[in-house]
Amino acid sequence: MNRNAYQRIEKNARVRNVIFKITVYFLLALWALIVLFPFYWMVLTSVKGYGAYNSEYIPQFITLKPTFENYVDAFTAVPLAKYFVNTIIFTVSTTALMLVVIVPAAFAFARLDFKGKNLVFTVFLALMMIPSELVVITNFVTVTNLNMRNTFLGLILPSVTSVFYIYLLKENFEQIPSELYYAAKVDGTTDFKYLWKVALPICGPTVVTVTILKVIECWNSYVWPRLVTDDPAYFLVSNGIQEIRENGFGRENIPAMMAAVVVISVPLIVLFLVFRKKIMAGVARGGMKG
Amino acid sequence: MDKNQFKGWLYLLPAIAFLGVFMVYPLIDVFIYSFEEGYNSASQTYFGVGLYNYSYVLHDPYFLQAIKNTLILVLITVPVSTALALLISLGLSSIKPLRELFQTVYFLPYVTNTLAVGMVFMILFKKTPYTDGLANLILGWLGQSPIDFIEGPYAAKMLVLCIYTIWVVMPFKILVLTSALASVNDDYYNAARIDGTSRFRIFYKITLPMISPMLFYLVITGFIGAFKAYSDAVAIFGVNLNAAEMNTIVGYIYDMLYGDSGGYPSYASAAAIVLFVIVLTITCINLLIRKRYVYHK
Amino acid sequence: MKVVLQNLTKTFPARGKKGEVVTAVNDFSFEIPDGELIGLLGPSGCGKSTTLNLICGLLKPSGGKIFFGEDDVTDLPPEHRGVGLVFQNYALYPHLTVMQNILFPLENLRGKNKLPKDEMRKRARAAADLVQIGELLERRPSELSGGQQQRVAIARALVKMPRVLLLDEPLSNLDARLRLQTREEIRRIQKETGITTVFVTHDQDEAMSISDRIVVMKDGVVQQIGKPQEVYDDPVNLFVAKFLGTPPINVFDGTVHNGRLMIGQDAVLDVKSVRDGDVYVAIRPEGFVPDEGGRLHCALQGVEVMGRDISILARHDAMQNPVVRAIVDADHSSALRVTDTSVSFSLKPHKVFLFDKASETRIPFETV
Repeated sequence: MNRNAYQRIEKNARVRNVIFKITVYFLLALWALIVLFPFYWMVLTSVKGYGAYNSEYIPQFITLKPTFENYVDAFTAVPLAKYFVNTIIFTVSTTALMLVVIVPAAFAFARLDFKGKNLVFTVFLALMMIPSELVVITNFVTVTNLNMRNTFLGLILPSVTSVFYIYLLKENFEQIPSELYYAAKVDGTTDFKYLWKVALPICGPTVVTVTILKVIECWNSYVWPRLVTDDPAYFLVSNGIQEIRENGFGRENIPAMMAAVVVISVPLIVLFLVFRKKIMAGVARGGMKG
Repeated sequence: MDKNQFKGWLYLLPAIAFLGVFMVYPLIDVFIYSFEEGYNSASQTYFGVGLYNYSYVLHDPYFLQAIKNTLILVLITVPVSTALALLISLGLSSIKPLRELFQTVYFLPYVTNTLAVGMVFMILFKKTPYTDGLANLILGWLGQSPIDFIEGPYAAKMLVLCIYTIWVVMPFKILVLTSALASVNDDYYNAARIDGTSRFRIFYKITLPMISPMLFYLVITGFIGAFKAYSDAVAIFGVNLNAAEMNTIVGYIYDMLYGDSGGYPSYASAAAIVLFVIVLTITCINLLIRKRYVYHK
Repeated sequence: MKVVLQNLTKTFPARGKKGEVVTAVNDFSFEIPDGELIGLLGPSGCGKSTTLNLICGLLKPSGGKIFFGEDDVTDLPPEHRGVGLVFQNYALYPHLTVMQNILFPLENLRGKNKLPKDEMRKRARAAADLVQIGELLERRPSELSGGQQQRVAIARALVKMPRVLLLDEPLSNLDARLRLQTREEIRRIQKETGITTVFVTHDQDEAMSISDRIVVMKDGVVQQIGKPQEVYDDPVNLFVAKFLGTPPINVFDGTVHNGRLMIGQDAVLDVKSVRDGDVYVAIRPEGFVPDEGGRLHCALQGVEVMGRDISILARHDAMQNPVVRAIVDADHSSALRVTDTSVSFSLKPHKVFLFDKASETRIPFETV
């Protein structure tokens, strides 16, 4: 082959590579735009004045006179603050209770020996396959019969357990070398103390991941809260936002509605940006295990 | 029982109690409900046992509409979102600068409230007396006359629902596929490059077989997830989905249980079991296909 | 096909904020004669794998040029270079059978190079026969032993008849016995095909035993190039002397004073034309001769009998290694008694090297 042929190949390869890169970046940027645009639109609309918004027959992509009155409306015209507090109570209690339930269970599966362990574990795994739609019906009836509708207990109790998180944590506990456990045993450490002083600190990252995932789940839960609450005093943000849409502000005050949407979206977005790596790793791991 | 045996069960007790009351018992109960005819939730009585609930549900036009909607949703969103996620993940894995930024942005929809952002989509597509909405503005640029996507023709409504569903499920799929792609050893690609393999052939002959287990996993979970669609529809069309012709199977179950048309746990149970059977069948079919086509280590 | 590397340099950009620019390969020039087997040798991180990746085109050099024959291939993408590369972990496609793996490079050929199916299979079979895996063609890589996988990887690299064959630590994943066997095999295949071959390894034994020529590298800089025996017998600096040879060379602190080479208090050799000063004295294990009248006096630590040879372990105040190890013919064992506490050696001058204390470069000397 001669020099020219080589130069042609080199040039072709370079050009092709540049075209490829440009195409890739263009497509990726396009998808980023599609993802971000609704967020932009929600913030944008939330700072447009009520009058200004309704006089825009053609939607405007920027606003020159941002206003925060919609945020004031969101907290005064509808009980958004109340929904917020309810959601925080629900999220914190559910997550805390879940940890109390799943940590010992995961530990028992990972470390303790007792008859029937494998059978119970198999049943647990099988429960992972059961869609929540199947059990929600009876739970609804149960909670109604126990007169727990429109109570926090009724909201929280059925949302506590998550077999998948038990599984995730159990796997992690099992990765701790057994020497550590036996060393602790020889030193006369109780199982509980081992769990508290050794296993939990080592598996801290997984516990944090599980906690964050549960918080996200709680914050966004809609179906169950909708079933067991019809008193707005117990609405969570998801139900609250639906209520606002149907009845709050008058149906046409879209900027105020968007302000409420921004307010309930921000906490999770902040949480995500802070714990980005943990959350993504946790979700990816969940995906890997299936 | 010696002390250790006892301790194991003690540690498991809270979990077993919660799961027993809120999962195992309901699971059995839902089957019983579904066969109890004429159950009255106020008096907790029923007339007899039989298949009437199933027959009622399967002849209910609302349920048939819900099945139709759900099937369309599944058949459109699962392939489209999986293919799109694969394309985006491939793009992501072929760049270095800005990669983390893109990944972070792409994941955002995962942590947002479905109901809240759904409302933004509703506004983007809604046509009101004051404005045609943003979607129609863009359609206008393309020379189309405005359509009411939220309360207009069926196809338009379905389109919005599909778009929103895809938007919501993409983060998970992109994340899983990007990690799957990252787990393929670079040496395979280097070996292929040295042998002069074209990009397409590398993708088709190496990447695709290597990530096929993950891809199938995504398809299965995608099917299951799409069959259980509900809150996306509520977010866009409001709680009265039957009126909007946009109900889904899960929506039908909840409507039977509660709300304006509610109070029929037996019908709800029958519908839930029908859903369960459909999902189970599809999953089994998927698994059978998987056995034939997916490469195992 | 001869391969010419001309002032080849590769730097990697700084990592993180405080990182420094890393120079993996620094000004490497060498002409690999057609049909030779070259061993690139050095400790890990010395730039030998980077050099290999530069030759095959997976990396682009920051400076310098690469020629295959008369062709400048410096900027040519790897697929147009016609190289075969065998990876350390083999990189066999796990979902394809052995046959499909070997066929893979041939199926990539397009346009006028495209081969008919029959021809492809014929060539794949020939390559498989060459590495003696003809009976494994329908298996998958996971069903093969490490050595068999290695052969498949070589067959896959050879099937497209590369102009240059590159092997990246090809034996490091094999157990000791298989390693010996496979390196003979690589040598045989290379001889049979006559393909110019570059072979990266950190194991000097491996490189010495099969290479026509070895290139010793350290920190991205070529230390010495030559036939294995020449490099062994004539190292240019202390690093090369220490890196080649098992057991390793014995290094002592020494001084030259008035034409006498001193190790500690022992005046071991008379040397001409060496300036006075401190030096390193490096003595190959086979350079010691037990001799009651010898001038190097050591404390005897032990004797290991290894059949044909014996290995004398001793201590000396000026030694740099943890122990002085001399390999001598078993006949000499009679000269040593178990009760001895000391041993004296005379030295074979051509097995003794002097190195400058500061630059660690070789100081030539002549014995009187």
